[in-house]
Amino acid sequence: MSFLPYAVAAWVCIVGLYGIVTSRHLIHLALCLTVMQSSTYLLLLAIGYVKHGGPPIYKGVKLGTTSVDPVVQALTLTDIVVSVTVIALILALALDVHKQAGTVDPDEIREMSG
Amino acid sequence: MTRRVRIGFFLPALAGFAALLVWAYTGIPSFGDYQGPYGFVINRISTPLRHMDNAVNSTTYDIRGIDTMGEEFILFAAVIGVVLLLRDEEGRSEDVEDDTGSDVIRIFGTLAIGAAVLVGLWLVSFGFVTPGGGFQGGVAIASGALLLYLVAGYREWSAFGDETKLDPIKGIGGGGYVVIGLAALVSGMPFLHNFFSGGVTGSVWSGGSAGFVNWSAGIEVAAALVILFSEFLEKYIVPIAKSR
Repeated sequence: MSFLPYAVAAWVCIVGLYGIVTSRHLIHLALCLTVMQSSTYLLLLAIGYVKHGGPPIYKGVKLGTTSVDPVVQALTLTDIVVSVTVIALILALALDVHKQAGTVDPDEIREMSG
Repeated sequence: MTRRVRIGFFLPALAGFAALLVWAYTGIPSFGDYQGPYGFVINRISTPLRHMDNAVNSTTYDIRGIDTMGEEFILFAAVIGVVLLLRDEEGRSEDVEDDTGSDVIRIFGTLAIGAAVLVGLWLVSFGFVTPGGGFQGGVAIASGALLLYLVAGYREWSAFGDETKLDPIKGIGGGGYVVIGLAALVSGMPFLHNFFSGGVTGSVWSGGSAGFVNWSAGIEVAAALVILFSEFLEKYIVPIAKSR
């Protein structure tokens, strides 16, 4: 019985969430969001792991060899690329906020809009 | 609400969330004790049925191709959002002098551009044989393009990072994915069905129509990332150009 990878995923998720709530800078907030998102990759890959399993790629490997789950890997690899573009969108919004409000501190923005 | 009050509210909520997570994680199978049948089934069938050695990509572009289409649309929408926020009406600033001074960076950087693009193309083409595929290859190709800015300068980059050429390429990548899916549909098969599942296992010609899906994903990801770089660079370059 081993739950260590799950515990790491939970820790990364909580650290990211704490960073988002206490953030004083929109770019820092966006990076905390990526940290939180990374916890889902850890959790997915941990769930798909098969004991003593190899990579699910059969070039030069006999078919039927114990391998890890390819489905969670497919989910993870597409989401890593997609998350980059979503972060780019958030950073573009942060640039826009800076232009409109003159600050990137979430607390000050709220005070200005009153 | 002040910052102190907000954190005061947040900490008990965080403790509750952590407790829920621990409770949930103790209920799932222990690490390495994988239960689900899908992974084992896909590992068994992807080579004999689809002629793909890489079971991960047979999931991504063939068996669960419709999920990947959803992901592609998220990517598409995010890039459109960035373009709407950052692209200016003024057009591009051509007269920017930010060339790299160092010859060493120029020489090794130019070599690295070739290597990055080549690795990218290799990752996409052999996506069904070895680790790789459209998403990873597209990122490698786009990073080669960004290297062009780093080693040469904005003028050399702007010829390449031209949105009037990039936007249609990205559209072809995203649209091509759907067109391949619809091609299966009009042939009387399910959407995105792999309609000529032939090819030689372990070669570039493996994977059937999912090979085209793979390439359209590669084209879209590469073009999307180059568009992102282009928009952010333009935002960074315009103040430099104006300060001169």
